[in-house]
Amino acid sequence: MIDEMLADPRTRIVVCCGSGGVGKTTTSAALALRAAERGRRVVVLTIDPARRLAQALGLDELSNEPAPVEGVPLDAMMLDMRRTFDEMVYAHSTPERAAKIIDNPFYKTISSSFSGTQEYMAMEKLGQLCARGEWDLIVVDTPPSRSALDFLDAPQRMSRFLDGRMIRLLSSPARAGGKGLRKLVGAGFGLFAKGVSTIIGGQLLTDASAFVSAFDTMFGGFRERATKTYELLRSEGTAFLVVAAPEPDALREAAYFVDRLAGEDMPLAGLVLNRTHPVLAPLSAARARTAAENAGSSRLAAAVLRLHADRVDLAEREDRLLARFTGAHPAVPVVKVPVVAGDISDLAGLREVGDRLADQAPPAAGGRVRSLR
Amino acid sequence: MRGVCGEWPPLRDRQGATYAELVTSDPWAARLHVVSGKGGTGKTTVAAALALALASGGRRTLLVEVEGRQGIAQVFDTAPLPYEERRIAVAPGGGEVRALAVDAEAALLEYFEMFYKLGVAGRTLKRMGAVEFATTLAPGLRDVLLTGKVKECVSRTENGRPVYDAVVLDAPPTGRLVTFLDVTKAMAELARTGPIHSQAEGVVALLHSPRTAVHLVTLLEDLPVTETLDAIRELEAAHLPVGSVIVNRVREQWLPDRSVASAASGRVDAGRVRSGLLAAGLDLPPEVLDGLVAETVEHAVRVAAETAAGERLAAEWHGPRLELPQLLDGVDLGGLYELAEMITHDR
Repeated sequence: MIDEMLADPRTRIVVCCGSGGVGKTTTSAALALRAAERGRRVVVLTIDPARRLAQALGLDELSNEPAPVEGVPLDAMMLDMRRTFDEMVYAHSTPERAAKIIDNPFYKTISSSFSGTQEYMAMEKLGQLCARGEWDLIVVDTPPSRSALDFLDAPQRMSRFLDGRMIRLLSSPARAGGKGLRKLVGAGFGLFAKGVSTIIGGQLLTDASAFVSAFDTMFGGFRERATKTYELLRSEGTAFLVVAAPEPDALREAAYFVDRLAGEDMPLAGLVLNRTHPVLAPLSAARARTAAENAGSSRLAAAVLRLHADRVDLAEREDRLLARFTGAHPAVPVVKVPVVAGDISDLAGLREVGDRLADQAPPAAGGRVRSLR
Repeated sequence: MRGVCGEWPPLRDRQGATYAELVTSDPWAARLHVVSGKGGTGKTTVAAALALALASGGRRTLLVEVEGRQGIAQVFDTAPLPYEERRIAVAPGGGEVRALAVDAEAALLEYFEMFYKLGVAGRTLKRMGAVEFATTLAPGLRDVLLTGKVKECVSRTENGRPVYDAVVLDAPPTGRLVTFLDVTKAMAELARTGPIHSQAEGVVALLHSPRTAVHLVTLLEDLPVTETLDAIRELEAAHLPVGSVIVNRVREQWLPDRSVASAASGRVDAGRVRSGLLAAGLDLPPEVLDGLVAETVEHAVRVAAETAAGERLAAEWHGPRLELPQLLDGVDLGGLYELAEMITHDR
């Protein structure tokens, strides 16, 4: 399934999503490398790769521009969300106005620590890369969000903050909002606005207000871009891969995400279940444990039998967890990726993960043994 | 653990206490347990097990989450939690765990209700997004509101004694932890007076005192250990008391120590394995034997990596360390009680 998806020229965008710590970045990089080495023109957009993986991809520092990875026909980049935001401001504004916006303290808050900015900027960057038309496949990693839904919701949430209505309500509640709203909320809003300014201080409100009015003229452009990106994600050339680890919380998050994608009409390609432990020798746990009791003087044989029995139990646990997911989502294809021991920190490691992603036959006994680098 | 609630060492000026004084006391005796860790290390599960363990023997604990993920409800397999404290489990030996999902917007509205009597307008404002907008204007405000609610739960009393013997906070992951807990910094963004400001001062006093212990959950893997050590350094620099490191999902090592290194580099004496198996009454075909050898190599690679990660941790962290095994039956409710018992036993 993975190779067909990567080889299909109609696949233009692959989005890897899932909860934190499940191996999204590694999966994205491995898929991109595999597709590139099979002849597609590929760029991978990573969010926050671990240091050694970043080095392997030549991403020692943020550049916010794709650059070729040494030794392979692949381009890679790491998102710099602040710079992406700045570039958007410059693109939609006169230089003077842009400078005013960028100096505003409230802009600094929004562009660096608003929860959702990273998601929004990742999607914006995806839109930009797509528009350039230099690649025929873009693989996107998604931020380690508080919740997997953030990158779908962030643009809309941010639009609501930037459209100016709220800040007008807070800074001059008497005039904004229209008669109907005033009637509904009554004096409550005035009190609320007063309370907010008491809590956060008048200066912040003034900054926010100045920011929003400077931002006003470019707001339409921002919203248009967000809408376009959303449409891009729903288009036929996009494939979502939900990444999970065989742990209850990661799989629950994955199930939630699969439902949400379906609800949004987003094209789901399948579930990648990372770091599984398939049994490599057909011998039951009970039999192995009994034999281990009788292994007598052979400590090595006893150890081999016991670690095998544990592995059978672990594999069964992983199967049970997966069965819970597939029971609820029988139509979702599942790709199991056996664990690669040690860190994935070079291109060889990524290739190995790519092989495991693509090869869905159980590994041959005795083969596929990989030592720590 | 001391079951005393109520008599606490007098609060000292933050600058007055040395870091050593913050952490020398028994971390399990703290009133507030902050549990964090890298994503995917199982911090919510560990926080839940800790809340159960601290409630055992007739005590009452509160398990709090602040990220809107409904992780507690998932771990206990119940419906999503409202912004309301409710009983979620009965602890071994009597005692109970209550749970609360704190939401910054609801906490802000709670303040306004208290100080400005908003009435029904509050709900409308929330629906319009005005409350979310207000909490976004100053990002520190969210954290101040969340930790403020936690502090209120820690210090709430009923008939002169604390309502909760301990509060366990399922905190944001290590990457965001210190920003979240460093309320002093967040306060700098806010107005210098007012109700939230004075509550925030109380939060600062609580978090920087021995009544708080920050526990870091890790796996014996490279990245989680690196993040844990980074977090310890950051916490120490911010004068926040690190309580313990909790190593989660520890798996059994079966190979003798001396065989690990060679097996990890692919050298397993298949002949010796075969004769040992024969002696134990197992005559296996070659391909099964090959499979066992391959599993042994993978096991050894993992053990070697875990040993290295464990040594790296031990070299830099000399405080309390707790190990929890990987539960092969999975972490269902029964598994949670099993973990709780181990925490009770080992701490």
